[in-house]
Amino acid sequence: MSIDTDTAARVAKLARIKVEADALPALAQEFNTILGFIEQLNEVDVDGVEPMVSVTPMRLKRRQDGVTDGDQQGKVLANAPDSREGFFAVPKVVE
Amino acid sequence: MTELNTLKISEARDALRKGDVTSVELTQACLTAIEGADALGAFVHKTPEMALQQAQDADARIKTGDAPDMCGIPMGIKDLFCTKGVASQAASGILNGFKPGYESTITSQLFDAGAVMLGKLNMDEFAMGSSNETSVYGNAVNPWRLGDSGAKLTPGGSSGGSASAVSSDLCLAATGTDTGGSIRQPAAFTGITGIKPTYGRCSRWGIVAFASSLDQAGPMTKDVRDSAILLEAMCGHDPKDSTSADLPVPNFEAMLTGDIRGKTIGIPKEYRMDGMPDEIETLWAEGRKMLEDAGAKIVDISLPHTKYALPAYYVIAPAEASSNLARYDGVRYGHRATLAQGDGITEMYEKTRAEGFGAEVQRRVMIGTYVLSAGFYDAYYNRARKVRTLIKKDFEDVFAQGVDAILTPATPSAAFALGKEVSDPVEMYLNDVFTVTVNLAGLPGIALPTGLDTQGLPLGLQLIGRPWEEGDLLNTAYALESAAGFVAKPSKWW
Repeated sequence: MSIDTDTAARVAKLARIKVEADALPALAQEFNTILGFIEQLNEVDVDGVEPMVSVTPMRLKRRQDGVTDGDQQGKVLANAPDSREGFFAVPKVVE
Repeated sequence: MTELNTLKISEARDALRKGDVTSVELTQACLTAIEGADALGAFVHKTPEMALQQAQDADARIKTGDAPDMCGIPMGIKDLFCTKGVASQAASGILNGFKPGYESTITSQLFDAGAVMLGKLNMDEFAMGSSNETSVYGNAVNPWRLGDSGAKLTPGGSSGGSASAVSSDLCLAATGTDTGGSIRQPAAFTGITGIKPTYGRCSRWGIVAFASSLDQAGPMTKDVRDSAILLEAMCGHDPKDSTSADLPVPNFEAMLTGDIRGKTIGIPKEYRMDGMPDEIETLWAEGRKMLEDAGAKIVDISLPHTKYALPAYYVIAPAEASSNLARYDGVRYGHRATLAQGDGITEMYEKTRAEGFGAEVQRRVMIGTYVLSAGFYDAYYNRARKVRTLIKKDFEDVFAQGVDAILTPATPSAAFALGKEVSDPVEMYLNDVFTVTVNLAGLPGIALPTGLDTQGLPLGLQLIGRPWEEGDLLNTAYALESAAGFVAKPSKWW
């Protein structure tokens, strides 16, 4: 499997990371190096093996459904790059 | 009198209880050492006022006779831990200016026990790295050097600042986190002790997430006893972390008898790598002999899927990271890029993440995105999770054969030079070849120094234990530590 610059551009888009066009060939090359390393996994016979979900078998705990936290609008917004009138502010999303 | 910052936790605890020293004195000694150690790049956010206030409170508490072991002990906290009102950036530009409004469970527990925080410690960005060179703060530096040469060595990573600070006596102990070896590799590179407990022992709540199924916090200390003391203070069930184990936490220190007669120690043949330096081979053989002389039974074992641990890790960890790091989007906290006229929300995300994340983090997020993308999920991610099942089964099989602990080298080399040109990211990944299996299998693993190489740099061995049996593992490490008698310290140049 070889990654070309179009695939690299698509992955960058999916990851929401801006990559300039002139940086794409080098990025594709890095992906190929790492994926080449990962290809070793194809040597392993995994027929009938369950993919690991949880490293320690455990039942998730249950608790009473109830409000345990809240009323912290000021704290929640305190680190926002831009907040207005009690909301996070972002560029216009819909026309 | 020994300089107070060079004390171990156990020594300081005993001196505090006897009234021979105060926490304020200990804290002052560490703050002075930190002020003179900027060349190490270990402390990246210093909190001296907070430390002195905590020290005064600890002294008052010690006087009342109600003092847990960690009461009054000055320590450093890895920047990955969220600390209330104190910058917590995971060494990333994308969290520039972030001050959490809450305290991580582990630091809460430590502060409740009376521990003193001197400041936040350097690390690789989002804990992704093995040399502390991906940090937005710049490199952390190893206090150990090659002779008197000016060449700076890496303290390892990702907990490089923690390792550097403990090794150079800037603090009595530090917290670290370990996703693929990030406690054990830097501990080995700096001649200190570090343990990654069983997955689920320590709460992950309030620790910036890298790969949630692998991340565990643990202590980085000057010896095994201190690791036992600090680990006990860090462990415990936390309802806020659904993967936290609801198990009693034993008194680990009380389990340090040094008696390992009748224990079975496995030596895995797959950890003998091609091209491994002779010195590592010799160190390993010496460790084997020490445990044998202490009365343990040594058996050769096989962990057949070892070779596939790193490739599996470099699918699973980036996949989880790409998901965890999706939250850094310039909306709720940290950096937001300056936008051009007409930029919409997608441009805001893309520019913010390109500016805020460093190269290695971007690389891993994108690899993770790729292996999770439509058409590749089964071929990469599911296959890696199946291989992970097999790696865990390798360990289960040898434990079922009666093996109590496994002895391996901690790292494939001693500390290497900072700035060493690494054009191939895979070459850097090989640093974790001996440690990463432990994360994939969720097991406890401890690294401790047992010797010096011919150039005078520390080398460490790793012991891997059965799940939840950190006490037994620490005791085996204690026996090895006693036999190795490692006392070397770096000579001060900073």
